[in-house]
Amino acid sequence: MNRSLTQCVIKLHEEHHALEDYQGGVPRWCSGCGDNAILAAMQRLCSEEDLAPENTVFVSGIGCSSRLPHYMKTYGFHGIHGRAFPVAEGIKMARPDLNVFVSTGDGDCCSIGAAHWIHAIRYNMNITVVLHDNHVYGLTKKQASPTSPRGFKSNTTPYGATLAPMNPLTVTLGVQGASFVAQGVDWVPEALYDIMLAAFRHRGFSFVRILQRCPEFMPKAFDPWLHDPQRTMLLTHRDGLQLSPSLSSAYRNQLAHDPLDIDRAREIASVDDPIPVGVLYRNPDAPCYEDLRHAGQMRSPEYIRAGLNRELDKYTVWPDEAAQTERAA
Amino acid sequence: MNDTPTLTPAESAVDRAGAGGAPRPARSIPEHIVEVISDSGEGAQRCGQSLAAVAARMGNGIWTTEIIPAEIQPPARSVAGASGIRIRIGSQRVTNGGDQTDLVVAFNEQVLIGRVQAHELKPGATILLENMWRTHRDPAVVASYVKTVDALRRDGFDVHEVPLEERCRELVSDPRRGKNMFVLGMLCNLYGLDDALGREQIARIFGKKDDKVIRTNVALYEAGAAWGDANLPFRYRIPAQRSSQPQIVVNGNTAIALGVIASGMDICAMYPITPATSASHYLSEVFEKVGGLVHQAEDEIAACAFAIGASYAGKCAVTITSGPGYSLKQEAIGLAVMAEIPLVVVNVQRGGPSTGQPTKVEQGDLPAAVFGSHGDAPKVVMAPCSIEDCFYSVITARKIAETFGMVVVVLSDASLSTAQQPFPRPEFSEEWLAPPVDQTPVPAGAKPYDWDPVTGLSRRFQPGQPGGMHTLTGLAHDRASKVAYDPSINEEGLRARSLKLAALQKTLKPPPVFGGDSGDMLLVGWGSTMGAIEEAVTRLRADGLAVSSMHLRFVQPMPSGIREIFKRFRHVMTIEGNWSDRPDDELIDEDNRRYSALAMMLRARFLVDVDCWSEARGQPIKPGDICGAVRESMKRKGLAS
Repeated sequence: MNRSLTQCVIKLHEEHHALEDYQGGVPRWCSGCGDNAILAAMQRLCSEEDLAPENTVFVSGIGCSSRLPHYMKTYGFHGIHGRAFPVAEGIKMARPDLNVFVSTGDGDCCSIGAAHWIHAIRYNMNITVVLHDNHVYGLTKKQASPTSPRGFKSNTTPYGATLAPMNPLTVTLGVQGASFVAQGVDWVPEALYDIMLAAFRHRGFSFVRILQRCPEFMPKAFDPWLHDPQRTMLLTHRDGLQLSPSLSSAYRNQLAHDPLDIDRAREIASVDDPIPVGVLYRNPDAPCYEDLRHAGQMRSPEYIRAGLNRELDKYTVWPDEAAQTERAA
Repeated sequence: MNDTPTLTPAESAVDRAGAGGAPRPARSIPEHIVEVISDSGEGAQRCGQSLAAVAARMGNGIWTTEIIPAEIQPPARSVAGASGIRIRIGSQRVTNGGDQTDLVVAFNEQVLIGRVQAHELKPGATILLENMWRTHRDPAVVASYVKTVDALRRDGFDVHEVPLEERCRELVSDPRRGKNMFVLGMLCNLYGLDDALGREQIARIFGKKDDKVIRTNVALYEAGAAWGDANLPFRYRIPAQRSSQPQIVVNGNTAIALGVIASGMDICAMYPITPATSASHYLSEVFEKVGGLVHQAEDEIAACAFAIGASYAGKCAVTITSGPGYSLKQEAIGLAVMAEIPLVVVNVQRGGPSTGQPTKVEQGDLPAAVFGSHGDAPKVVMAPCSIEDCFYSVITARKIAETFGMVVVVLSDASLSTAQQPFPRPEFSEEWLAPPVDQTPVPAGAKPYDWDPVTGLSRRFQPGQPGGMHTLTGLAHDRASKVAYDPSINEEGLRARSLKLAALQKTLKPPPVFGGDSGDMLLVGWGSTMGAIEEAVTRLRADGLAVSSMHLRFVQPMPSGIREIFKRFRHVMTIEGNWSDRPDDELIDEDNRRYSALAMMLRARFLVDVDCWSEARGQPIKPGDICGAVRESMKRKGLAS
């Protein structure tokens, strides 16, 4: 990603992609849906990083979050509920040269796809993940999700959700192999973009949880935070979020946090008020599964022929070349 | 070949009989079925596999069937704990495990009891039994041993007590770990197999260990041969004829793994499950050496989704599983069908439903393979019918999957998975391989699902192809891969995906008929039962019955020509290793009888009154049992006396 200035100029001249190059179909999300902010940041990211649309794949599962690939003008894979991670892993393993993103939601990732989520963290493949967390099932029309607050009244919890919500940040940080964990909120788009950019530039499984409003089924969920900037806590560091003067003056609750410090990251992650925003953890040295497995090797027919024959030799009972050679001698 | 030790030319030893000792007359026989059974961990399987390998190298036909207890470490000396192997050795090519055992070597009398009770031994069979139990310090063990031996003799078995422990103790401190090679020597001597080949087989087995291990095991082998030579009053010779073609010996799972390599697939994603895992074990060992990769996923669904992702972005990938795993993969398989992503799914069937019989054979997954996944999800279903076919099926499956953008299910089973049979060494062809991933630009205006009106086929767009950007979706979609909100578009997609099966079907040849071209009874089978069915047909025809058989390698789609073949026979009956209601059961009649899977499919397609005979005992179907069932059926119809 760190091109020299000259290269950048040449790239700009030859194959720069404009924002429109990433804009697919017109989003069918509700007006006011936080997903629009994520989409806008994602299209900007692709454009600013100048990702070739043909070498970029957005993978998703099922849910409002998972509609995102349809609104990108890249390759997209809108698969089945909860299974975006293994699909994305297969893509990355077959083609490590592709930019692979996963767009998932609190139901898709934290409920039906939870097993894959845990293991995706372990594999630590170079994939950028945005978790659209609105604390509710939207596409199936208002059921409690694993991140719904206790007491939340929904169609499946008419008397209020009984369980405490799951915290996707602490879960992710608790898994061996976690290499990048961050949190953004749709109401601070500037920080959201910077966080997603840092996630994309991290080589490994970059997990960004984005708190995002659902105007239809949870319209007031984040109102207290929206009305009081002090309840949004920006994590700053030279290796994490760096604030513009305007952002810095709007959000005064700031905390200097070194993303290399996993213990501190876990402490911060377990706080839900004020909401921490920024890069919680980053381990640039965590090995990627595709590197460990030497993915993307070139194979020629001759190479396969030789390998197959080597194996067939082991099982050949007759004639045995060694015996024939010996007899001839 | 550096791990292959030198092989002494076999001709010099074929006439070993009597070499260095008083020759006993060897009775020449066309075939023999030998079993070696022990407690788990005593190496009976290794002994039997080695015997089979030596016989195969002599040029004999062989078929091995493993006898596997369900647990990893069942209690010692238990009826249910019998672990071992059956080896059918013949003069000609052997296509199945045969009927009953002629000669068995048992390491204790308990493991033998189960085999006798299950009628796995031929009446009067020879039993070579470890005699250490006769002098065991526990009187209960002695009593059980004596009682069993007496009962076996009373029942007419030819029991010979063998001092395995005693003789092995002269050579090793732990005879439990050496008896199997002693027995190998004894059996090689008994069947007049080449001693040099036997010794060399030991070198192959222990090739990775040091010379001392090999020397010890060769000493055990020689002691076994000498003991047998001096003490056993019989001796057999099964004439062998070496094929002019190079032959290999592998089991079905290894053949599948070799097929994966040969097909040019790059990625196998799997989750451990019996009895499929050994294919992945072998692939894990060798696939990376040829640039491939085995991914052990976190679960069966992930394994399937991973393979789908890899297929979507590159070359067709494979996932290998068994029944319960196949059930879990169904939704993902449906996605591959809907999005037309090539995928090979190998299902090494075991007993079902649910956990069923993990180590036992059954052909119960045919309906799940053909009709599985919700909605209309056409898939190709192939069923290898021999060990050799396991190899070639995977290559064909990959090619079909990629050409037609379809899911191809390969239905092997627990019988093929561990059975070994020699077959001509495959000669690699570049045509087996997948073409390189297409990265050429897509012409302007081209659509990712531009279904051909006749064949339903469309060109696949792969990531990396400029101009091909689209979002693939499991939702109903139009030619541009846009979500279909129009009802007619849904039908357009359904039609195209269904037509692809017809397009493939037009390329399939009618299955050959084994036996006579017409007659009273046509047996129809699929999968691993081919050898047993054809052997039954040969026997029945020798008895004058007009019976033939036909074996389907493609169950979905079925090739053309079956209707015409059916017309040439008065009756059609499937032979299957799955459940069908027994017509004699009180409540069962023609209105409610559940036929075996293939029978149901044939009845529905050809409107022919296809009967079925099926067995789901967890054992490979025996040719003798098929003969009995067919005779019975023909008697009822007045076609046999």
